[in-house]
Amino acid sequence: MIINHPLLGPRDSQEFTYLGDASLMHRPDRQGENAGEAFYEYQYQRDNPAGLHRELWYHEQGDRSWLVVTRDTTTHEITDVKLARDVARSEGRST
Amino acid sequence: MRYSGFRVIKEALTGHKGWGPAWRDAAPKPHYDFVIIGGGGHGLATAHYLAKVYGKANIAVVEKGWIGGGNVGRNTTIIRSNYLLDGNEPFYEHSMKLWEGLEQDLNYNAMVSQRGIMNLIHTDAQRDAFRRRGNAMILNGADAELLSAADVKREAPFLNFDNARFPIKGALVQRRGGSVRHDAVAWGYARAADSRGVDIIQNCEVTGFRIEQGKVLGVETSRGYIGAGKIGCAVAGSSGRVMAMAGMRLPIESHVLQAFVSEGLKPVLPGVITFGAGHFYVSQSDKGGLVFGGDLDGYNSYAQRGNLPVVEDVCEGGMALMPMIGRVRLLRMWGGVMDMSMDGSPIIDQTPVDGLYFNGGWCYGGFKATPASGYAFAHLLATDKPHDTAKAYRLDRFRTGRMIDERGAGPQPNLH
Ligand SMILES: Cc1cc2nc3c(=O)[nH]c(=O)nc-3n(C[C@H](O)[C@H](O)[C@H](O)COP(=O)(O)OP(=O)(O)OC[C@H]3O[C@@H](n4cnc5c(N)ncnc54)[C@H](O)[C@@H]3O)c2cc1C
Repeated sequence: MIINHPLLGPRDSQEFTYLGDASLMHRPDRQGENAGEAFYEYQYQRDNPAGLHRELWYHEQGDRSWLVVTRDTTTHEITDVKLARDVARSEGRST
Repeated sequence: MRYSGFRVIKEALTGHKGWGPAWRDAAPKPHYDFVIIGGGGHGLATAHYLAKVYGKANIAVVEKGWIGGGNVGRNTTIIRSNYLLDGNEPFYEHSMKLWEGLEQDLNYNAMVSQRGIMNLIHTDAQRDAFRRRGNAMILNGADAELLSAADVKREAPFLNFDNARFPIKGALVQRRGGSVRHDAVAWGYARAADSRGVDIIQNCEVTGFRIEQGKVLGVETSRGYIGAGKIGCAVAGSSGRVMAMAGMRLPIESHVLQAFVSEGLKPVLPGVITFGAGHFYVSQSDKGGLVFGGDLDGYNSYAQRGNLPVVEDVCEGGMALMPMIGRVRLLRMWGGVMDMSMDGSPIIDQTPVDGLYFNGGWCYGGFKATPASGYAFAHLLATDKPHDTAKAYRLDRFRTGRMIDERGAGPQPNLH
């Protein structure tokens, strides 16, 4: 698979390591009301869709940026790649 | 019809006209007491033990394609019971015992071949870990042997003993481990279940559940609605997809694992060998092909095919361990979809939906588990209590902190 890095252009997926579902960017509030349950859902439960999947890839052997890749899990086709930083900001995270 | 040596001779003398199909091509009835989703090894074994051991009737197995078309027909056929943890080892040893009696039980030649499995040791720390694992196996009634480097050299002289980076320092061996003809496992269980009246319904995809007030009433399928008293889901790599139809998220990611087979060779490998430094394992099939594999591709996938980097990695592992295979030609390669769980161990449990039971999370080790998994799942379906060997395989263990993490890798499915 080739991942089209937003800054570096097309890169071999072998340069990256894979973390999983992009929802992992949104760690629950550890002091929240229901923190135990929220962390359980966050850490262990997955949607695991057959079809489009937003997922986190880390450019370990490159510029060490985190990317959010949108990929079809039934065909491996990649349709969108963004810097995770930009996605996090657009979804309301400040840091 | 019982299979036997006499039968083969009789049929040979009478033009082989007496062989009938091994199971009926059943059409769905409107209602069953038990519906098993998934005609893989686990689903078929469940139906067999439900009928034979638990005396249940009115059972159907519904399979979206043909039986044996899933992972039961795609795996590298290794069986072993060499686990460390208490939640696992008794279960896998139960499975090994069932393998040992399987062919008599099913009256079917599944080519169970206990040619042994050798896990190679390359560092002192690894020897310590394997010694501990071997002791855990022995404590649970399994067999284990620790070999020195000289022993390994005697048994497998073709390995690369000059590897300075990953020297072979010994091995943990389980002599009762080995391999089984995978398709024959599916066919044998199907035939045995069918002979006890189980309907095996192929080309019948489950497309939804009918659930009312927290109780499951039946399944919607591509061949119409089928009502059911209890439903057991055993769809391996499709667990996420199917359980989502019942509104459930699982502690599982689906990943692709590849396997490879070479052209046929004369016997060169005594048993199963695994490389303890890279990820490479190999055995030789009865037809002579080297059957081997390695790591997962590592990203979520429902495509039954992988990518080239893993091919390269597996072949490098093979060359590092057994340089003699360098000139062997690859015949075929393929992929299967694994239900990788968050701790690398399986789940056999009730679900929050009344009447719906789940069996999954087998990762890349579910073939060897087939008999014990079917047995334990049948027990659960028949009695509503977990089987003694499967008590740890709870669906809620991630919530309660009772993980069974052999690898110690944490909740990262692609590392198990
Ligand atoms: C390459 C590879 C190598 C492996 N090597 C080993 C090994 O050496 N040793 C070992 O122990 N394990 C190994 N495994 C793992 C093992 O094959 C699996 O864990 C095990 O086969 C899974 O159980 P099963 O046989 O029931 O699965 P499957 O045979 O996959 O059965 C599941 C069935 O469910 C059906 N299904 C899915 N969705 C639906 C639906 N909606 N409706 C109806 N039916 C449906 C599928 O068509 C399929 O037939 C390997 C796996 C792979 C892919």
